[in-house]
Amino acid sequence: MLVLEKNSLSEEIGKLVDLYGKDRSSLLPILQGIEKNHKYISDFAQQEVARLLDIHPVEVYSVVTFYSFLTHKPMGRNVVRLCQTITCDMFGKEAVAKAIERELGIKFGETTKDKSVTLEYANCLGMCDQGPAMLVNDQVYSHLTPEKAIEILEKLK
Amino acid sequence: MENKVKREGAVIFSEYNRGDAVKKAISIGREDVLFELKESKLRGRGGAGFPTSTKWMLTAAAKSDKKYVICNADEGEPGTFKDRVLLLEYPELVFDGMVVGGYAIGAKEGIVYLRGEYEYMLKSLQDYLEEMRKDNLLGKDILGKKGFDFDIIIRLGSGAYVCGEETALIESLEGHRGEARNRPPFPVNTGLNGKPTTVNNVETFASVAHIVTKGGSWYSQHGTDKSTGSKLFSVSGDCKKPGVYELPWGTTINELLKIVEADNTKAVQVGGASGLCISKSQFDRQLGYEDLGTGGSIMVFNESRNMLHVLKNFMEFFVEESCGQCTPCRIGNVKLLEGVEMIEKGEYTFNYINKLKELGETMRISSKCGLGQSSPNPFISILENFKEEIFNNGKGGK
Ligand SMILES: Cc1cc2nc3c(=O)[nH]c(=O)nc-3n(C[C@H](O)[C@H](O)[C@H](O)COP(=O)(O)O)c2cc1C
Ligand code: SF4
Repeated sequence: MLVLEKNSLSEEIGKLVDLYGKDRSSLLPILQGIEKNHKYISDFAQQEVARLLDIHPVEVYSVVTFYSFLTHKPMGRNVVRLCQTITCDMFGKEAVAKAIERELGIKFGETTKDKSVTLEYANCLGMCDQGPAMLVNDQVYSHLTPEKAIEILEKLK
Repeated sequence: MENKVKREGAVIFSEYNRGDAVKKAISIGREDVLFELKESKLRGRGGAGFPTSTKWMLTAAAKSDKKYVICNADEGEPGTFKDRVLLLEYPELVFDGMVVGGYAIGAKEGIVYLRGEYEYMLKSLQDYLEEMRKDNLLGKDILGKKGFDFDIIIRLGSGAYVCGEETALIESLEGHRGEARNRPPFPVNTGLNGKPTTVNNVETFASVAHIVTKGGSWYSQHGTDKSTGSKLFSVSGDCKKPGVYELPWGTTINELLKIVEADNTKAVQVGGASGLCISKSQFDRQLGYEDLGTGGSIMVFNESRNMLHVLKNFMEFFVEESCGQCTPCRIGNVKLLEGVEMIEKGEYTFNYINKLKELGETMRISSKCGLGQSSPNPFISILENFKEEIFNNGKGGK
């Protein structure tokens, strides 16, 4: 990472810490903020957070690796999470999943070459009455068909 | 996305205006709020069914400079989505219920733990809280009552089912991994930041708002003797009208299936992945703490479904969502899933499957939190209630 980038990231993390406070209890909101802006939480970012909250970096790492929405590997600019739980599964998740994989040319767990989309599965999204459902970043889409899912993804590019 | 409530019942969806419960609470005073709650016999709607008045009285009685009211909006149980509908369409019930909670137990801070998957609601909920502040339903000296200060913040989860367990939720709020704590001590004594804390489900707070406004005895005339009031059921799966239904406790599975227009039903999973799967012969059983107590997740499966596949989906869920802290749950769920895969391939012995059922029993008693204690439920109930299909008809067992 360039020194300039590091400085600006430090500054940004400093702002998050000012906003949420220096308590350990601010750790999640701070990490969520970094994830949102950078689509991952780099080693350097974890060290900065640890330094500012005065905790060991490994503490930060252990939290990052626990939560599925916090990542220490870079994600694409958009994260698509298709619900894999039973009701969505019963109403056509598999066909939607295959269509998305074909269209993006990647498998679940992967990111497109242009870094625009990361594809993942999620557990129950609380949309069981209108599955299949998926999250695109923080927006939810329901009653998916292969065609509808692809249409939504087209708009991301 | 749509949010239609399919059936509005006489309790949760009865008339209510923002602030009603808060006004009433102030006029009758703390003691009477707790008294009405006791009269109502309300039990927690998050699944475990603990009496809400007991929880609140313990928190109220605890001496401390700080106390917290936490609304558990982690709603991660597969098949549950009624909290989503309450938060989006009836936030006044949920937030007023929290304010009343603050008043009753003497807390000044309320926190909503909203699952990360529901981040799309965050803005509208925050706007709603801002309106409440303008109306002095939050903030200092609420509705002119000197010394009654209370405010609510919203904190997001980050995609971990176990964080719905109340002590894991508290760990998460404190900035740690969402690993459940040993209980006791219970949060009513040693909760968030070591302070007395009441953690309640979204629907519990919504029920409180009505109870305080209309009285505990009004509430307890609905439902049955041990299961008072009504319940929101999240119905999904093979039926014509999936959605959220308010039904009185005591409704039978058969009645419910009729209401949601389900045909050819083979199985009903009551209580989500961690609940029980029942077959046709048991459809006359009643929803309620006397028989089938539940957080309200109802998943319907018709004759065309492969129950072994359903079970596999549930076990995959638990393997992924176990926090990994204790061995029975971390290893046990993996073993149960492997068992399902062995049956799928036809490479099993009954001897081994019976051993796995015993392992399930062990997990029930030796796991640290409700996740590992209840994850064997679908394994044991599906293999038992659908053994014909799974082992003898060749569908799963080859
Ligand atoms: C693994 C697990 C997940 C849970 N998830 C939730 C949840 O999403 N929402 C909820 O209200 N309760 C959940 N609970 C129950 C809570 O631990 C707690 O009992 C509940 O929030 C208390 O509120 P109530 O008394 O109003 O029901 C969960 C429990 C376990 C073991
Ligand atoms: S039972 Fe499972 S989820 Fe609960 S503490 Fe043990 S490992 Fe964690």
